Amino acid sequence: MRYASLFWEYLKNYAKTRLTYRTDFWIEVLSDLLFQGMNLIFILIVFQHTPSLGGWSEAEVVFVYGFFMVPYGVFSTFFSIWNFSERYIVKGEMDRVLTRPAHSLYQVLLENVDPPSLIGSFVGAIIMVLCWTQLGLPFEVLDLFIMLLLVLGSVLIYAGLYTALSAISFYSDAPTGIVPLMYNIQNYGRYPVNIYNKMIRFVLTWVLPFAFVGVIPASYFLEKKTDDLSQLALFTPVMGVIVFTLGLCLWNHGVKRYRGAGS
Amino acid sequence: MMSAYIDFIRIRFITMLAYRVNYYSGIIIYAINIGAYYFLWQAIYGNQETLAGFTVNQMTTYIAVSWMARAFYFNNLDREIANEIRDGSVSVQLIRPYSYLLVKMMQGFGEGLFRMLLFMVPGMIIVCLIFPVTLPTDPQTWLIYMVMLFFSFLINSQINILTGLFAFFVENNEGMMRMKRVLVDLFSGVVVPIAFMPGWLAGIMQWLPFQAITYLPSSVFTGRTPTSEVLNVFGIQVLWFVGLLIPIWLTWRSARKRLFVQGG
Repeated sequence: MRYASLFWEYLKNYAKTRLTYRTDFWIEVLSDLLFQGMNLIFILIVFQHTPSLGGWSEAEVVFVYGFFMVPYGVFSTFFSIWNFSERYIVKGEMDRVLTRPAHSLYQVLLENVDPPSLIGSFVGAIIMVLCWTQLGLPFEVLDLFIMLLLVLGSVLIYAGLYTALSAISFYSDAPTGIVPLMYNIQNYGRYPVNIYNKMIRFVLTWVLPFAFVGVIPASYFLEKKTDDLSQLALFTPVMGVIVFTLGLCLWNHGVKRYRGAGS
Repeated sequence: MMSAYIDFIRIRFITMLAYRVNYYSGIIIYAINIGAYYFLWQAIYGNQETLAGFTVNQMTTYIAVSWMARAFYFNNLDREIANEIRDGSVSVQLIRPYSYLLVKMMQGFGEGLFRMLLFMVPGMIIVCLIFPVTLPTDPQTWLIYMVMLFFSFLINSQINILTGLFAFFVENNEGMMRMKRVLVDLFSGVVVPIAFMPGWLAGIMQWLPFQAITYLPSSVFTGRTPTSEVLNVFGIQVLWFVGLLIPIWLTWRSARKRLFVQGG
């Protein structure tokens, strides 16, 4: 209950700070959308040169991208802690957070909440609907619930991975360049993973499970392929819980080790 | 005076050196990155021998060279400048007896040198061991490429500086910086060579500076650009370097008048 009211207070705070810079808000919304648009352009360019990618058609790959945008939007809304190491460790703001009774990760996340990112989720949903009709997939009400479950699982995987990445800053005093680099790797989860060799495929499925935020859950709704990814699809929420728990453990352990580096 | 600027290069190099352990993970991640694109393109090629004038082999080399070039020219000058504007420390920099932007450029170069020696070179060796990359044997090509790579750094840093300076006008340019990063990766040709783009898009690209960052140097290095045209291609880079000085100068001039520090 206390956590819910905290959430509400932070959101009010966010609205106040944001309304101070109104134009800026819209620039961010616009740039977020363009950012997603760039990735779509890449897919469209690729399919000008080939009819299929490892057995996946253009509409299917775009569908996967649409699916990916939904959990990604939710994730970026609540987990925009890209500069955690810089702001909280190097500049020492973590000390302030730790003097308060609420869980440190919860506070850090709320301080950085970023609702405009949610617009990306809506665009993703629209893309999915368009591809759905184009591919002529059957629709049942049950699909909506499964979609919700899979999105939730994907968000948890993202959340767990980035919590773990941020927690690394507790162990190394230096700012790590890992987060921006990871940013590139996450893109590969959007393409049919069967085009990669065994090792990369293994990494993307089980080590940095970015395949579980795009192609694997999305395959549940698509036509079955020869090496059937959709068998793993329903495993997404389980994977989400596992990855998030690991991320949280690493964070909690890191906080205990944290000694303060800022001035 | 010049020696002071050179000190900025040296100091940044040494600062980066203190954090070098972080870059070992970076090399692995870049290798995975190159690998992922390698397989992606392999799948795109399928059974076809050439696409848009690139053979499969040329494509592999192009990807490896382009990503490793990115490891060199990439920097966060935009974020550094935006942060200094937002927290107000830029005002202190402005009263010091040096050119703020030139100092930033020097610091960026210090970082670039570091990235070249401890990131690009070892990364390239590892990548060549894993993937079927064919590097040119002609020393002249290497020499030209080095010069062009230096201009890649200059032009990319100029774009970063411009993006960073926008923090003077919009109080939070986080979204812009993110967008710029993707824009540069996509349109510079790291992710997809410009020859693959549909005609109209490739046409627009010819009038934008992004191709000068990766596509032009990588095309020369992989032998896609005939020797007779190398000078023209290099000329485009020089033109963009000079051309970009103008918007930077204009932005900087009006920015200094606009500076108001938020909570400084």
